[in-house]
Amino acid sequence: MQLGFLVDLHLCMGCKGCEIACKVENEVPLSTWRLRVKYVDVGTFPETKRTFTPLRCNHCENAPCVRICPVSALHYIDNGIVNIDKERCIGCAGCVMACPYGAIYIDPETQTADKCTYCAHRIASSMMPACVVACPVEANIFGDLEDPKSNISKYIQSHTDVQVRKPEKGTNPHHFYVGASQVHLNPLASKREEGYNLFNKITKLPLGGHH
Amino acid sequence: MVHETLAATNAVVTLDVALPDVFWGWFVTMNMWAKSIGTGLIFMLFLLLRKNSSDMSGLRTPAIIVSFVMMNVFLLFTLADLHQPFRMWHIFFYPHWTSAITVGAWMATVFVGLEFVMVAMMIRKDKCLLTNNAIASFDKLLFWVTLLAIPVTLYTAGIMAEATARELWQMPTESVQMILAATLSGSAAIILLGGSKLSEESQRFFGAILGLSALMAFVIYMSEYIFGAMKSEEVAVILGYVKGNGEYATMFWIGQWVAYILPMVLVALSRTSGSASILKLAAILAIVGLWIVKHVWLVIPQLLPLS
Repeated sequence: MQLGFLVDLHLCMGCKGCEIACKVENEVPLSTWRLRVKYVDVGTFPETKRTFTPLRCNHCENAPCVRICPVSALHYIDNGIVNIDKERCIGCAGCVMACPYGAIYIDPETQTADKCTYCAHRIASSMMPACVVACPVEANIFGDLEDPKSNISKYIQSHTDVQVRKPEKGTNPHHFYVGASQVHLNPLASKREEGYNLFNKITKLPLGGHH
Repeated sequence: MVHETLAATNAVVTLDVALPDVFWGWFVTMNMWAKSIGTGLIFMLFLLLRKNSSDMSGLRTPAIIVSFVMMNVFLLFTLADLHQPFRMWHIFFYPHWTSAITVGAWMATVFVGLEFVMVAMMIRKDKCLLTNNAIASFDKLLFWVTLLAIPVTLYTAGIMAEATARELWQMPTESVQMILAATLSGSAAIILLGGSKLSEESQRFFGAILGLSALMAFVIYMSEYIFGAMKSEEVAVILGYVKGNGEYATMFWIGQWVAYILPMVLVALSRTSGSASILKLAAILAIVGLWIVKHVWLVIPQLLPLS
């Protein structure tokens, strides 16, 4: 079994229901996110539109975070999920430096690394990840990539524009996007405005010490 | 950060609650800097033993003590940088051998253990347990410690190579830079420690190592600075932080001048004038400047948005 994720960006409307469901399900602390939705505005007024891209751990086949973790706190489980053992983590932040998707953070409450686990605890109880359940338009498709009859396999077979983030990194992500453009997937394809705006002054909990 | 932005699309990020940026800050800079001096001194001590062993007398004890202290500073900052420092023992009881952090932690521990034995040998010369001749034992052990100092110096480059997200840190370049940092700071430290105990020939020898290390490191940095952007979009954006009005441009150039350019000039001046004081000034500048150079190179890739 190899679990994977696909987001159909044609369907996503940026409601952030997945983000909230994830926060609640996994008790993700203030100022940190296992899953977040990025907004990019495209075009010049009045010809503008807003794009939405849910971003989470890609559960790579060749995961840099697993490779660099000195104590195997980050590890694969049998269904292909890259899981994390917070009791073992020493908080060296090697995984934070290694993940090309910026999907790992240091939990300010436990001072250990944390990230999306595809809700491994729910999967173990035969439930879908919280974000999949919460999505009102079924933009999140989750399933076994090794089963050709699974919804995710069928979706991949029936669409030609299936992409992953940063394929050049050789990580072989198990997280796919349909309907994505460079603006969605490439962090360098959009401008980031300097200075204060509505969303860039986010309250952060202290991580302690020396940054 | 607008390399792929077309006027037609005019794409602007309006909401991205990106995760906090600089995780490896000055604690890690201290780690790399102290380790460079610690292993560099061992390299220089070994070279001195091979080249001019008569100059070794009076230098073994201070050099090994300074190296031992710097290695402990390195270990201290490594520990302090962990968010869960009391779990450091996990590295030894749950080691994951694909990680350069694990391999490095083990090697550095063995290295510091061997240095402790060497320090004990020199302090308790008359009561040495291994042999009646502490100096001979010290010199024998120095060979093996020098061998171990090579991977201990290099493993940080391995960690940087495994940091897939940070395109700036490429393994062949970083490993060369690590060795050059060790030879630069090691030669500088032994020039300062040796003082008048070093013969003029040895001073010129270590001055040459200092000057050449500075030259080679500077050439590599300038190569990255000029050509790095031509191969990778991410490197181009990262180098933007040290170019023009970039956030770290001033600090980058201060580092290059203090660590490399001024020491090169001063080493050349000391060779023509025969002045030991100028050589010592070059050594001090190289050690101080190395910290700045390392810090800039450590921080700038962490400023790049990954999502």
